[in-house]
Amino acid sequence: MFFTYLRRELRRRRKAALVVASGLALGIALVIVVSSVSTGMTRAQGKVLQSLYGLGTDMTVTKAAAPPGSSDEGRPRFKFDAKGSGDSTSQSSDRVMVQGFQTLASSTVDQVGKQSGVADAVGGLNLTVLKVNGQFTRGEFKQFRQEQRAKGGGGGGGPQGEVQGGGASFDVNSFTVYGTDVAKQQLGPLTSSKITSGRTFRTDEGAAKVAVLDSAYAKEKKLATGGSITVSNIAYTVIGVATADSGDAAANVYLPLAQAQTLAGAKDKITTVYVKAADSQQISGVKSAIQKNVSGTTVTTSADLADTVSGSLSTASDLASSVGKWLSIVVLAAAFLVAGLLTSSAVSRRVREFGTLKALGWKSGRVTRQVVGEALVNGLMGGVLGIGLGLAGAYAVTAISPTLTAKLGGGGGGGGGNGGFGGGGGFGRRTAAKAVDIALTAPVSVTTIGLAVALAVAGGLVAGGFGGWRASRLRPADALRRVE
Amino acid sequence: MYELSGVTKRYRRGKDTIDALAGVDLTIEDGGRLVIQGPTGGGKSTLLQMLGGLDRPTEGSVVLDGVDLASLPEARLTKVRAESIGFVFQSFNLIPTLTAQENVETALVPLGLKAADRRERAAEALASVGLGERLAHLPGEMSGGQQQRVAIARAVVKRPKVLLADEPTGNLDEGMRDEIMEVLEGLWKEHGLTFVMVTHDTALARRAPRIAVIRKGRVTITENASAA
Ligand SMILES: Nc1ncnc2c1ncn2[C@@H]1O[C@H](COP(=O)(O)OP(=O)(O)OP(=O)(O)O)[C@@H](O)[C@H]1O
Ligand SMILES: [Mg+2]
Repeated sequence: MFFTYLRRELRRRRKAALVVASGLALGIALVIVVSSVSTGMTRAQGKVLQSLYGLGTDMTVTKAAAPPGSSDEGRPRFKFDAKGSGDSTSQSSDRVMVQGFQTLASSTVDQVGKQSGVADAVGGLNLTVLKVNGQFTRGEFKQFRQEQRAKGGGGGGGPQGEVQGGGASFDVNSFTVYGTDVAKQQLGPLTSSKITSGRTFRTDEGAAKVAVLDSAYAKEKKLATGGSITVSNIAYTVIGVATADSGDAAANVYLPLAQAQTLAGAKDKITTVYVKAADSQQISGVKSAIQKNVSGTTVTTSADLADTVSGSLSTASDLASSVGKWLSIVVLAAAFLVAGLLTSSAVSRRVREFGTLKALGWKSGRVTRQVVGEALVNGLMGGVLGIGLGLAGAYAVTAISPTLTAKLGGGGGGGGGNGGFGGGGGFGRRTAAKAVDIALTAPVSVTTIGLAVALAVAGGLVAGGFGGWRASRLRPADALRRVE
Repeated sequence: MYELSGVTKRYRRGKDTIDALAGVDLTIEDGGRLVIQGPTGGGKSTLLQMLGGLDRPTEGSVVLDGVDLASLPEARLTKVRAESIGFVFQSFNLIPTLTAQENVETALVPLGLKAADRRERAAEALASVGLGERLAHLPGEMSGGQQQRVAIARAVVKRPKVLLADEPTGNLDEGMRDEIMEVLEGLWKEHGLTFVMVTHDTALARRAPRIAVIRKGRVTITENASAA
């Protein structure tokens, strides 16, 4: 009888059922859209981070930041022979610098790899190459007069004076180089790029003078596979061109690690260890293990880096997690309340019906169960409707895919542009300031659907609770009530 | 057998209280037939509710076969309603979304019968009130007289001891009134029910051997010698 009665009620009072169901549907749809957009945001941020890290990297290990001013041995110095006045020969010099001027010993990779929870660790060297081209004119050296010399204090015996009239006309051009471990290419920045022309490094090319270029850089410099690029007077054959998945590459030029180390004069040195954790749930544990056991290092996880993301992506993401969350909570609560009140008023309209059933000897519980059953089915219908509506909404967001911009690192610092000092912009920091455009998607996960179903059941139970409570208080004598 | 003594039902309406029943003493024999009459607001429906265990008196006792319905726990009172009492209402009180047969089945639900037995007995009951052809009809698809016959079938399908009817013909025209009375009287005779009916209709009242007139909550019994 329960199901017959239930089916009959729902079929013959379809409109009332639909009103309750669509209220719940609206709330549930909103939850689906908001949570899928949030997932999309998280995924977009993940993509941004990937462009720095490469696929599958859970954290990076770098040298702990040294106290400011303590190390300046790595600062760039250029040596040009200034010509006599009238000589206008152009000179060119490459200065190869380690990004952030902080290196770790290559052995750190093995040390990190031995920590528990680490599945894989690969080292890499980030370099910035400054190319300076120009003309330099020698100044004239003038000796100080005697009185100035006396003021100057007791320096060495050499002549003192100043240079006057010298001049230089030059331009500075920089690009970034990433030295990749050709024997272990499964981790690191290059994994977030696809080879779109030529090939990538072979594992036996550690000593080969070969290079892979980022497609954007190759286009800018009009270079292609089979061509060559010269750094510090060493020519490298371009074997391939790689295109970054996110449109923003980790480096302009990729070289075998040993080549990059030689260029920078950093034998057996690396800047970064890319680490993959055995279990993505255990990342913070692995982080603290590395930090404790491998001294002098800083471990940066995706979560840490995500905190430094700014721009419209993070604004939207904040919005989704604050406004979106509250909006869906409010709408859901309203939908639950409305469903409850509607169910309760439906019971009021049926007092005589339920009173009659009680007069016929139906237990109060049986009547209540009938009311709750109806409300639960309404809730589930709302769930189905809401899931449909929510999927449509999420699909629409994905179809429109609004573009968001993420700014990484640098804290909005002005120095990070391309014309300036390239990847070294962060001065003392490893992370370059980058702006990445990401198209927003709204993927709906199984968990979200599960949540929607749970909400539908909860909504049905809330509505059933209101109605059932009302029904349970009816007396058999209500069968004689003159309502309608 | 019903034995009512000192039955008082007091309703509270704001500050005022109304004694719908004021110390009613009444005995109804098994298989007896009683008609209740009286002016509007006299307390007829209230008395019927006491007899049917739909409500409890404020004071006094309503003893049915040695059990006082006034002090029975709710669960047992529900059981008495389910097993022993058939109720027919003035406005039929059918469930509008259920068919005639399903409406009759609702009376058998508390008895825990198997679905097939329930269906069979409901069909039999409907046949006995002349509606064997209308099992699948909804209340809205039937005339008032037919609806009331469905309600009567629902009241007797459980084979109760007592049949209580509150103005069963009140919403019907004269032709249907006689039709319904015939059905009710037929069932009373056939099953040996205790039959208590409230009516405004003096013509109907004359057919009963005993008439209880209730005014302002007080009952006067009249024996009706002319009744068959
Ligand atoms: N639930 C209630 N709450 C308050 N007062 C009530 C309630 N039910 C009945 N009454 C009052 O009790 C008195 C008796 O009512 P009852 O329904 O028994 O009269 P009745 O004889 O059946 O009248 P009618 O012929 O109009 O059906 C009336 O004054 C009525 O207003
Ligand atoms: Mg009445």
